[in-house]
Amino acid sequence: MIGDEVEVSIVEIKGDQVKLGITAPKAVKVHRKEIFEAIQRENIDASRSTMDTVSTIGGFITKKHPQKKSSSE
Amino acid sequence: MKICTKPYGEIEVSEKQRVRFPEGIIGFKDIHDYFLLDSREGPFYWLQAQKDPDLAFLLIDPRLFMPDYRLEVSESDLKSIGIKTEDDILDFAVVTVPDDHAKISANLMGPIVINRKNHTAKQVISTNDDYTVKHYIMEEMRKKSTDLVETR
Repeated sequence: MIGDEVEVSIVEIKGDQVKLGITAPKAVKVHRKEIFEAIQRENIDASRSTMDTVSTIGGFITKKHPQKKSSSE
Repeated sequence: MKICTKPYGEIEVSEKQRVRFPEGIIGFKDIHDYFLLDSREGPFYWLQAQKDPDLAFLLIDPRLFMPDYRLEVSESDLKSIGIKTEDDILDFAVVTVPDDHAKISANLMGPIVINRKNHTAKQVISTNDDYTVKHYIMEEMRKKSTDLVETR
């Protein structure tokens, strides 16, 4: 147990892999640290994307943004 | 008002384009104020930090290259930015453009969700484990066109 509400249990042991189960109240976020780190690394790489690269690629994908439909359609 | 942007230099933006991230973006947690700019080059959008001209993220609607994409996130994440109905949601994937442009990718593991009514936003973690931080857009586009040929 972690505090009163978070419960950690071993769900399965298979060879050298252990599956953990975490039971926590809905308000408590449970995410693996490596997921956060992966997103963080990707965001840092993404923040380096530059303008000239975008204009070369932009032409390949047509913009039909479903969320941007004008009311006249 | 005028802001300095990474892609276009100084431009005029309106309050309607303002997007606020109370918790920042993962890895950029101290930066809360952004503007959403419609890109002049194709299907992208820029999420430009208001006070840091060098910080901008390229965004895309994943459905453009993956027609069956679905935003799968937790209720509590949606509630945390005040989203009540599906109509409140505007969602994007963050795009990474590496030196090899053909390897342009979108991050479907950490989508950006914006509440279009109150302009509050959050980068959330997808509850679908099949979504990763790197989906190669060109590859997905090829898959998409193959699917079309096969179903003819």
